[in-house]
Amino acid sequence: MPEKAEQTAQEPQADPTNQTSAEGFEPRIVALFCNWCTYMAADLAGTSRMRYAPNVRVVRVMCSGRIDPQFVMHAFSRGADGVLIGGCHPGDCHYQEGNYKALRRFRLLRRVIESLGIERERLRLEWISASEADRLRKVADEMAADIRALGPLQLSIPAEDFPTAEGADAELPSPEIAEEAAAKEVAVP
Amino acid sequence: MTEPNDKPKVAFYWCASCGGCEEAVVDLAEGILDVVGAVDIVMWPVALDFKRADIEAMADGSILASFINGAIRTTEQEEMASLLRRKSKLVIAFGACSQLGGIPGLANLYDRDGIYRAAYLESPSTENPEGTLPRLRSRENGYELSLPGFYETVRALGQVIDVDYAIPGCAPHPKVIQSAVATLLSGELPPKETVLAPDQALCEECPRRESKPLDLSISEFKRPHEVLIDEETCLLAQGLLCLGPATRAGCDAACVCGNMPCSGCSGPTSRVVDHGAKAISGIASLIGGDDEEAIDRVLEGIPDPVGTFYRYGLPASLLRRKTLS
Repeated sequence: MPEKAEQTAQEPQADPTNQTSAEGFEPRIVALFCNWCTYMAADLAGTSRMRYAPNVRVVRVMCSGRIDPQFVMHAFSRGADGVLIGGCHPGDCHYQEGNYKALRRFRLLRRVIESLGIERERLRLEWISASEADRLRKVADEMAADIRALGPLQLSIPAEDFPTAEGADAELPSPEIAEEAAAKEVAVP
Repeated sequence: MTEPNDKPKVAFYWCASCGGCEEAVVDLAEGILDVVGAVDIVMWPVALDFKRADIEAMADGSILASFINGAIRTTEQEEMASLLRRKSKLVIAFGACSQLGGIPGLANLYDRDGIYRAAYLESPSTENPEGTLPRLRSRENGYELSLPGFYETVRALGQVIDVDYAIPGCAPHPKVIQSAVATLLSGELPPKETVLAPDQALCEECPRRESKPLDLSISEFKRPHEVLIDEETCLLAQGLLCLGPATRAGCDAACVCGNMPCSGCSGPTSRVVDHGAKAISGIASLIGGDDEEAIDRVLEGIPDPVGTFYRYGLPASLLRRKTLS
């Protein structure tokens, strides 16, 4: 783990239900950083005693091209409010073109998570080289602020938990749609 | 069948499904006679007139195996699945809907009101001037009538009851069914939750495999009706979005042999948790282009990514459904 220089920074309050109200909400951001560039930048930020949003939890992977979209889905399903992917700048990949693969997956994955109702700001890809500690700080702070403004990610079905009686006893049809149906009745001559 | 017999008892049941899985059983052709000869079928709504009360009257665990197809959408389906679970030693999720949620699982992109609106009020083919909607209870000519509850979210069978095995496919290939049934009757049962089909990717058994380039770069996705498809070359190499690399084998690449790309009905192999995410990983990495614009241009060829990559498995995926607003 990169050193977190500022130990004074408060760890965000753990909230197992993730139902925190927008007020006082501190997002949980899973950061997947490549070993050669972005993780090094995070390390540099630490040794340089820079302060960045402590909402970001860094996971080191060897290459951004190693990041399976399943990792991102898994993070969201287990309570992450955002996922930040960090890799080497185009042309700089330690493994030649892993970061291009990451970019292609990211562009497709973001379309998919948007279709599933997850705001695009919750998934971000940034190229941050080993020397760009300041940029890392800026990105982390920015993303924390963006997601703080969005509020917690509210998945309708928490992982491993399919409520069995979910909606079954609810009024059927719901009052809303019954009203629509009634309105329709009036509209038809 | 008035005489008592000691043949193993087997049940077939359907939940949210299209009937294709029933067809698949019938597709065993003469093979079905061997199955019928070896077992005593105690329930099969599509073919035999047994009722729920017949099953309720049986002792718990007295059915050897229940083959349940279809996803779980209503309370009635959940009740029947739970009943069969209680009465059976083994429950087998039969087909993609039961295993993964299947096509009915795409309803998880909408909420219940949205589905009611589309089905009963707004679709162009709906004739419903009085705006009648299904109700849990209603009165008709002095009779009290009831309908099953309708869940907001479609679930795979394994998300509702304990499931022992799955037979994949939409519908399962007769060869897969036959070998699965043979495995179950052999007495040597595989570990619980095994998917009873080969645990390798479809490409492994695809007849076009030799023509799959080592380094593939797709500059444009094409739909099958837009191109003259070469019958021998790898479909991905021809720009057709084939999910073979991410999908379980066992079907003898039936669709690919019919010049249609694999749409992923057999779900993932055992090493994969989220079939759609893995397919996204594999397909996206083949996209030609190194910058956002070029990549997005290629992605325009996949107008419905959720429907493409999660066509059969949205309920069983990590995110399960679209968030409810």
